[in-house]
Amino acid sequence: LMIPDREIILLQQQWVDIYERLPVPFGLVRFGVAPDHPEVKNVINTFTLTARNSRCSFYGNVNVGKDVSIEELQQAYHAVVLSYGAEGNRRMGVPGEDLAGVYSAKDFVGWYNGLPSCQELSPDLNCETAVILGQGNVALDVARILLAPTDILKKTDITQPALEALVQSQVRRVLIVGRRGPMQVACTIKEFREMVNLPDTRPEMMADDFEGILSLSICAVSDLPRPRKRLTELMMKTALEIPSEKEQERQSKASRVWAFRFLRSPIEILANPDNSRTVGIRLAVNRLEGSGDGARAVPTGEVEDVTCGLLISSIGYKSLPIDPSVPFDSHKAIVPNNMGRVQHTAGLYCSGWLKTGPTGVIATTMNNSFDTARSVVEDMESGTVDVSAARPGSQSISGLLEERGVKPVTFSNWEKIDSLEMSRGEASGKPREKLLTVEEMLQVARK
Amino acid sequence: MAASAAVRSSMGLTFRLSRVMPDCNTCPLNRLKSCVSGAANVQRRGSFDSFRTINRNLQTSKGLYHSEEGSSNAEDPEDVVNVVYIDRSGKRIPVKAKVGDNVLYLAHKHGIDLEGACEASLACSTCQVYVSADHFDKLPEPEEREDDMLDMAPMLQENSRLGCQITLTRDLDGIELTLPKVTRNFYVDGHVPKPH
Repeated sequence: LMIPDREIILLQQQWVDIYERLPVPFGLVRFGVAPDHPEVKNVINTFTLTARNSRCSFYGNVNVGKDVSIEELQQAYHAVVLSYGAEGNRRMGVPGEDLAGVYSAKDFVGWYNGLPSCQELSPDLNCETAVILGQGNVALDVARILLAPTDILKKTDITQPALEALVQSQVRRVLIVGRRGPMQVACTIKEFREMVNLPDTRPEMMADDFEGILSLSICAVSDLPRPRKRLTELMMKTALEIPSEKEQERQSKASRVWAFRFLRSPIEILANPDNSRTVGIRLAVNRLEGSGDGARAVPTGEVEDVTCGLLISSIGYKSLPIDPSVPFDSHKAIVPNNMGRVQHTAGLYCSGWLKTGPTGVIATTMNNSFDTARSVVEDMESGTVDVSAARPGSQSISGLLEERGVKPVTFSNWEKIDSLEMSRGEASGKPREKLLTVEEMLQVARK
Repeated sequence: MAASAAVRSSMGLTFRLSRVMPDCNTCPLNRLKSCVSGAANVQRRGSFDSFRTINRNLQTSKGLYHSEEGSSNAEDPEDVVNVVYIDRSGKRIPVKAKVGDNVLYLAHKHGIDLEGACEASLACSTCQVYVSADHFDKLPEPEEREDDMLDMAPMLQENSRLGCQITLTRDLDGIELTLPKVTRNFYVDGHVPKPH
C-alpha cells in the first residue's frame, strides 16, 4: 500500500481510490514491522494524511481478483496501480517441510503481528532450541521476538495470545543459519546490533567462521562498500574480540543464547518416531566459491544434524498472480514492467515489491513507488493514458460490489477500529491491542 | 516504545501533533538544552500528560522555527542561518533559517519534498541529504544509530547525513543541502541494469 502522497500532489485534479482486501490498511507496516520497532511505524502518519485527502478514498474488505476483477477496475479508472506486495513465501523444497513445528517466517511474523489468517498457527514453543533458516532482517526479527525479555514485549503492540505463548516459551537458544558466509548475510547492521545488545542474551558466534575473513588483507575489508564493511566489522568484533569485564559479566548471567551458523543448507527436516513433528534438521555443509555478493554455496558432501523443536524458514517472500488478465513472471515472481508500466497493458501499473521483488527497506520501496507515480503522471500528460473522457471510478465499482454483497470499509470506518484498538491497549500499557479476526474488525467498523 | 499516534494536519504543513513517545536523544530541543518540559528528566514513560505538554511546547515553539524574511522586527540577526536547499530537480531554494532549526522540519516548512517517514526517530533513511563540503566537517559526528541508518540510504555519498539529525548553528551559515536525485531503474546496491 505504498501510494505516495506525491501522487496526490502531482495529480492535482485526480481522484485516487485504494482497494485493500483486509478491513484494515497499511499492509506490512501493520503486519510485518516487528512490534518492538514502533518508530518504523510512524510512517502511518504520512499514509493517514494521504488517505484523509478529500480526493483519496480507501475501500477495505474488497478482494480484487474475486469481488471485482482487474478488467472491471481498468474500465472504471484511467489508471490502475497494482501494489499488493508479496504474500507468498519461498519454500525450502525439502522432505519434512510440512511437519508440525516447522513454520515459514511469513506465517510466524503474521501470527505475532495479528494477521487474521495466521491466528490459528499456535506454534509450539516447548523446546530449548529453535533454528531459523535465513539471515535477513526478517530472520533477525523472529530471533529477537523469540528471545526478547517479555517485560519489553508486553509494552508493544504484539498480540496478547503471542505474548502469552512467549511468556510460557521454553526456547533458550536460537540458531540463525545461512547457506553462505558472514560476508553474504542479508541483514543490516541495525538489526544485528540489536541482537548484540539484547538484554539477558549472549552471542555464541564461532571464531572459525571468521578465519577466512581474517586471512584477507585489511585492505580487502576496508575496500568493501560502507554498509557491508561496517556490518562485517561488527560481526567480527562480536565473534573474535574478548569482551570487556562488564560485558563478560553480563553475558555470564544471560539466560538465552543466539548464534549465527554459516555455510549450511537444509537437506531434510527430521521427524520424531511417529512422524508427527520435527525433532531436528539435517544440514549440508557448504564451502564458498567466489566472493562478495556473487559467492556461491557449494556442498562439500558433509552433513550435520542439529536438534531443534522449532524450525522457522525465512528464505524470502514471493508475489502471487492476482488475476489471469495480468502478465506475471513466475520465475522472478513479479509483474513484468518497465518503470512501473505493466508490459503490454496500457493503463496498468505496478509498484512496490510486486514490481521489483520482495527486498528493500522503506526508503527503497518509497522511491520505487514515486517512480511509478511519475510514470502514471507522464502517461496522463502525454496522452498515453487518455484522460479526456471521464471515467466512472468508484461509482461503478461501488455498484458492482453492492450487487455482489460486498460492503467496503471506509477510512473513517477504519478509524473506529483504530480508536478501539488504542483504547484497549491503554488498559494494559500497550500502544494498541489489535483486533485479531476479520469478523471483529467488520463488526467494529460498522458500528 | 511508542504511545499510539493521533494525526492532525495543520496549515497544510506536515507538522503534526501526535502522541508519539518522543526520543529525547534525537530531539533537537534536547540537544540545545531548550526542551522546556524537561522531558529528558521524565522517568515514568507511562504518563501521557507529560507528553501532551511536550507536544504543546513543540507546537507553540513553531514560533522558534518561523523565519521572518526581510522583516524589520526580525529576531536577532546573529541568529539567522542562511541555508540553501537544492531540490531533486536541481533547483536552488534559499531559506533564511534560525539557530536551532532542524533541517528536516525546516524543509517541510518551506515545501521542500524531503521525506521524513519515521519522523526523526532514526528508523529510516528517507531524509538523507548531501551536505556542502565546506560545512560537512562542521557538523558533529553522527551517532552510531545515524550511521546505521545511513548505511541503508540509497545513493549514499561521503557527504551524506540524515536531515533530521542536523540542527543549525551559526557555523553552518551558508550551508547547502542537496536532495539525492531519485533515479529511474533504481537499485539499492548501485547496480545499473543492462538495457535489453
